[in-house]
This record gives sequence, C-alpha cells and structure tokens, in this order.
Amino acid sequence: MIRAKVYVTRRLPEAALELLSRHADMEINPEERSLTREELLGKVRGRNAVLCLLTDTIDEEVLAAAGPQCRIFANYAVGYNNIDVAAATRRGIIIANTPDVLTDATADLAWALLLAVARRVAEGDKANRSGLFKGWEPLFMLGREVSGKTLGIIGAGRIGQAVARRGCGFAMKVIYSASTPKPEFEAATGARFAAQEELLREADFVSLHVPLTPATHHLIGERELAMMKPTAILVNTARGPVVDEKALVAALRTGRIWGAGLDVFEREPVLEPGLAELPNTVILPHLGSATEETRTRMGLVAVENILAALDGRTPPNGVNVKEALAARSGG
Amino acid sequence: MNPRVLITRKLPEAVQKETGPDWEVEMNGGPGHYSRDELLARVRGRDAVLVMGDRIDEEVCAAAAPTCKVFANHGVGYNNIDVEAATKYGIYVTNTPDVVTGPTADLAWALLLATARRVAEGDRLIRAGRWRLSDPFAMLGTEVSGKTLGIVGAGRIGRAVAQRARGFNMDILYTANSPKPDFAAQTGARFAELRQLLQSADFVSVHVPLTPATRQLIGKEELALMKPTAILINTARGPVVDEQALVEALRSGGIGGAGLDVFEREPVLEPGLAELDNVVLTPHIGTSTLETRIRMAAVCSRNIQAALAGRVPPNCLNPAARMRQEERTR
Repeated sequence: MIRAKVYVTRRLPEAALELLSRHADMEINPEERSLTREELLGKVRGRNAVLCLLTDTIDEEVLAAAGPQCRIFANYAVGYNNIDVAAATRRGIIIANTPDVLTDATADLAWALLLAVARRVAEGDKANRSGLFKGWEPLFMLGREVSGKTLGIIGAGRIGQAVARRGCGFAMKVIYSASTPKPEFEAATGARFAAQEELLREADFVSLHVPLTPATHHLIGERELAMMKPTAILVNTARGPVVDEKALVAALRTGRIWGAGLDVFEREPVLEPGLAELPNTVILPHLGSATEETRTRMGLVAVENILAALDGRTPPNGVNVKEALAARSGG
Repeated sequence: MNPRVLITRKLPEAVQKETGPDWEVEMNGGPGHYSRDELLARVRGRDAVLVMGDRIDEEVCAAAAPTCKVFANHGVGYNNIDVEAATKYGIYVTNTPDVVTGPTADLAWALLLATARRVAEGDRLIRAGRWRLSDPFAMLGTEVSGKTLGIVGAGRIGRAVAQRARGFNMDILYTANSPKPDFAAQTGARFAELRQLLQSADFVSVHVPLTPATRQLIGKEELALMKPTAILINTARGPVVDEQALVEALRSGGIGGAGLDVFEREPVLEPGLAELDNVVLTPHIGTSTLETRIRMAAVCSRNIQAALAGRVPPNCLNPAARMRQEERTR
C-alpha cells in the first residue's frame, strides 16, 4: 500500500507527530522558523495533506501548488483567517481547524489578562524586580476591582461562553452581544443579551471572542472605544485586526479607557508604535493556546482530521466538507 | 472636647472623608512610617489610633494607654500588633475583615493565572522586542482549568479563592485545623491533611494568618512534597513561607513556579528571587483598589466611633479589654 504524503510546516508536539508518522509518510519543516513563501510553495507540491499553522498564508497559489491529489489542509488553530477557504472549496480541498480543545486554555488566558490589567500584575512585578517597592504604601499601585463588576462578552461562541462561565465564580454580572440571543447560554450563566453599543457603555471589562472576518475587522475602533467607560478594560484574545490598534493606543494614552490586555495584534509580531511604552497594558506574544496539554491536544486533533480525510471519512473538524466534496465529485 | 485621632499613614484623598466629622485628626503626611521614637511620641494623648502597618508592642500600648481606647488596624492581618499587651492596657484592637476578602481573592487568582500562563514573562519578552513568530514550543505554560487547587487555610479569603474556581472546573482540596462542613458545602472542596494536599495539588494557595504556628508553614520539607509542576501562591504573609527554601526549590525545579504578593522581609526580597523567570512578584497589593481602600477606612472609622462612644467595636479582636478600659475611664 502506498502511504499518503503529508507535510507539516513546523515541528509540533511529539505525540501528534508520532501518530501521524504511524499512518503516513511525513515530512516536517526542520527549521526553527516558518517557511518562506517560496519554500511553502515548493513543499506542499504533491502532498496528500498539509498540516499548517496560522503563520502560513494558504491562498489560491499555495492550494494550486499543492495539486489536485491534495485532500486537506489541517490548520493548527481554531481560527483559520490565514486560509482562503473559498479557494480551497473550489479545488475540492477540505479545510479543518482545532476547536474545543483550546477553549479552556484561551478562556483562562483571557482571565489572566483581565486580572493582570485590573490589578497591575505585570507593572507590579516590574516595579518589584527593579527595586521600586519601598514597602507597603497606601497609594501605591491602586488597581481596579474585579469581583462584582460587569463583564461584557462580544461573541458568545465556545470561548466567549467559557469566559462568561468563569465570571460566575467572581460574582460578576455578565452581558453579551452576538448575532442572535443564546437562551441556553443565558440559562447556564445568567448572562443577559445586549446590543453591542449598550454592552460597550455598561461593561467594566469588555472581552472579545469573535472570529476575524470582513465583518469583524476593526469591530472595535475609535467610535466604540469612545463609548466605553473611562474605567473600563479591553481584553483581546481573539484576533488583532478585530481592534483598530492605532485608535486603541490613542484611547489608552489619553485615559479614554483605563487599560487593555492583549494577546493578539494587528500586524504580529509588530506592535503599533507606542503600545509597548504604555504602562496600562499587559501584552502577550499570542499565548492563548500555549500550554503543553492544549498544544498536544491540538496536534492530535489536526492529525485526526488529516487521517480521516485520507481515509475518505469526514474529518471531525472540517469547515467546508460538504462543499469541498461536492466540488471534487462535480469537477 | 473633640476626640483626638492619630492616623499613622497618609490616607488617599477620596478616603479621608470616611473619618469622623468631629475628629481632631493628625495624619502622618510623610512617605514612610513614623520612626519608633516618633510613634511613641505621637500616640501619647490620643483617644484612638488608626494603625497602618506600624508595629504596636507593649511600649507603644503603654505610651498610648492613659487616653487611647482603640488601635484600629487598617488590614485584616494584625500580626503587627501585640493584642495581649493592648488588652492588658485596656485598649481595643480591631481589624478590617470582609471588605478585603474579594480583592485579595481576586489577586490570588491574578497571580495563579499569571504564573501558570507566564504573563509577566511574556509581557517582558514582547516589550524587549524579543517576540519571534510561530515557535510552537515558545512560552508554553501550564493548564489551569480542570486541575487541582489546594487551599491552605479555610477562612474568608480561602473560601473566596475556592469559590472563584467554580468556572474553571477544578478539583478543590482544603486544609485547616479541622474539617469545615460549611466551607465544603459552599465550594465543593474536600478536606485533606496538609501533607496530602501538597502532594496532590497543582496549585497551592496560602490563606492563613501569620502566627507563631504558621511561621514557615511552607518550608523545605513541604516544598519537597509538592509536584515538580506545581505552583505556589502566597497572598497571606511573607513569613508563612521559608523564602530561602522557596528560591532553592524554584531554581532546582523542585516546584514549577510561584506567585507572591508578600515577602519575608518586605520590601527586601530573598537574593535570587527577582532573577527567576518562573515567579510573578507583586508588591503587596492584595487590597490595592481605591474602592477597597475606602471601605477599609470606613470600617476603621466605624470601629473608632464605637470605641469613642464607649461601645465594644464591631470588629473587636479583644473584647476582654473592656473591663480594663472601664476601670481606667471610670
């Protein structure tokens, strides 16, 4: 039997690679960096499946380079804004992601950021390490109260709901905005549906959990920031371009909002000028799913998706399975 | 005559209106504590003292005693005050429980999550311009949800920390002198002996007062019982942990990390601690929100008002002082 050829664009946790290599002829990018555009175009050629990362741009040209024998591009992330799904569908290539397994890790990180900004954890740590802590002072490093305040969730998908659930233990009032109200979510968390504008005006903490699409690009801009309370904190663990970073820096500088906790940026790894100089931010290098356990699970899920597609089964996390298969049989 | 009240540190502007309207207040305007001699001189002739972190021992009690009815401690922990001496001199000692519970529990969680997910380290790395894209193994942290949380000390703050774990789907263990059915019912936590808790917990959060019995409660032996991946959180009092043993355990990988808001010899840190990446070190900010500071001052104020009116204050730690105070003021 001829083993399927699979390319993996970065070294991933061992358990996932081990599983994949048992079933397929696997090649991995050996470098400690992403592939260049040219390398990517060369490496995908002739493969039956590709395991790719958010940092790989998978567009028409890459999909064409892969060739008609390619069944699936399995993304090692829940978001897949790096992939032109419509182009993949036209070519009968399935796109899959890794939802569910990173829900808790991302929700935990949103909470880590929320609390770190409110209670000035990174700033306090820095002060302590640089010897600026001179003993307990009544006015030193006063932060913002978290328990009992209002948490606003924009985007009540899996991660948004998980962030809301964590608010219950902190006795928070939870409001959320989404395209439609979600009665089950409301029943489970006591969350109340609100129009986005109302949410921005009422919430003490605004946490973003929408996918990046043309409709959510710059969802939070100057106008939205101006609606927020001057004491409010914005948390973004979704995707950088959901926030107009330039407008955010201006709002943080002028005290229009109190602070921000950011794990994602508009032009990663480049930050908007001025952002890294602001003390009222906590900024992280895209760590939403960065735990040993979650990364291993993500790798296993990506491999399951590939093995299913190669076997002619439906990948558990395909995002365009029906359409892609229709295009393949029709074409 | 208006009551004469000494306030030993400068209160925030917004907080100052929580003091009694008829008090004749003297407030320390300086940036630090009163020196020992100054404190001894200033407490003399006061009807009440609002104590902010100063050491109140027998000598201070004696200096204050002829007139002073209450030492109102600004804080829930009162290891800075010799309560027995105050009782002997007929001076009430009060603290500020309840109002500090929420913010302290929030900070314990802030430290837990920050340590597990390497928040301070990540923030440092990115600000130093050292962020390189897409290394799937860079900065991997520890999962929090679904893990085991161990609470040492099942008082108000310990309970609030356990309650906050609700949305994180955690197993909770707690240890105390004896099982507390209320605590278990409110948090879903199970009682464990300290030893067993240290061996099983992924996160150990300390919430005991500092007393002779809890001094260095977590030392070399206890740290050795913890999992090599475990994270220790201390928002209680520094001397509850043997800081030298902790630095050693963090250095050698004996435990995974630590989130500390309190230190053995504040503001001095154990040598080596500030050089470690697997720690998050906040500068004693458990109650540092303006709202909480206002509430704490209001509680101090209520305790002082009660004592001035000849009543036992609501948060009195030594009601036995009453008899001596009545004898003295008769």
